[in-house]
Amino acid sequence: MLDDLDRRILRLMQAEPDLSGPDLADRAGVTPSRLARRLEKLRESGVLRGVRAQIDWQALGYAVEVSLRITIDKSQPRALDELMQAARDIPEVIEIQTFLGRVDLRLSVIARDMAHYQQIYRDQILTLPHLAEIEALMHVARIKSEESLPL
Amino acid sequence: MMPLDDTDRAILRALARDATQSAGALGRRLGLSQPATWRRIKRLQDAGVIKARKLDLDADKLGFGVTVFLGVKLATKGRVSLEDFERAVTAIPEVQTVEHVLGLYDYRLRVVARDIADFERVLRRRIMTLPGAGDVEANVLLTEERRPGPL
Repeated sequence: MLDDLDRRILRLMQAEPDLSGPDLADRAGVTPSRLARRLEKLRESGVLRGVRAQIDWQALGYAVEVSLRITIDKSQPRALDELMQAARDIPEVIEIQTFLGRVDLRLSVIARDMAHYQQIYRDQILTLPHLAEIEALMHVARIKSEESLPL
Repeated sequence: MMPLDDTDRAILRALARDATQSAGALGRRLGLSQPATWRRIKRLQDAGVIKARKLDLDADKLGFGVTVFLGVKLATKGRVSLEDFERAVTAIPEVQTVEHVLGLYDYRLRVVARDIADFERVLRRRIMTLPGAGDVEANVLLTEERRPGPL
């Protein structure tokens, strides 16, 4: 179980992932060795899975991002697995999510420009197995993106 | 736009998995010196390709059992209402991401909650009362995969 100190540490790290160990210990009000033990415990229990660099695809020339909301043909029992497997082979697919709701699956697709997107859509998306319906949402702007948890 | 070579791509892939590794350790695996690795990381950061480091937490283990994606359509449009909506929605702690999209919906929100009852509370008290919020569609997240992308 997590206590207040664990939550405080995670809150601080979430807000500023670049804080050094000593600074983090200082802000959390603990000694560096106590902090290290806590972090070790949080990692061991799987609460803290790691720290990852976030890539800005726009800075790499991928100007277009589209959310494809997909419903699948449910008459095939393996439809979802097979579609997901095929989607993993498309390099421009950066996220695969499955849902309970009106939509079964969502793919986040990036492309250099609209012509490139068209090409991915025609050659790789429309040829995915068991597609029933696709709806596209074009990303205009990210207003909030930290994806923080309200700890 | 920044052109990448194979070494840059290897560095990005490695840091996207684990951003805590030192330039020295990363360089050893890639057959680069510590200073050469550091310079490349610095260049990727300066170009905005690595935009931030992000804590990867297990939401489930922290007591957030439900993630819901909401498609929100604004009832009334116009510049003022967009800004009002964005300001208000960004301030909700349970709303992890806000994306402005074109298509069936105007905004796509990622909302985290402890359970379905907690989600209903957030939806009724916080989301439905947002200025300008109209139609809302909810899809409950079942699984999620982040893919490495075209590197």
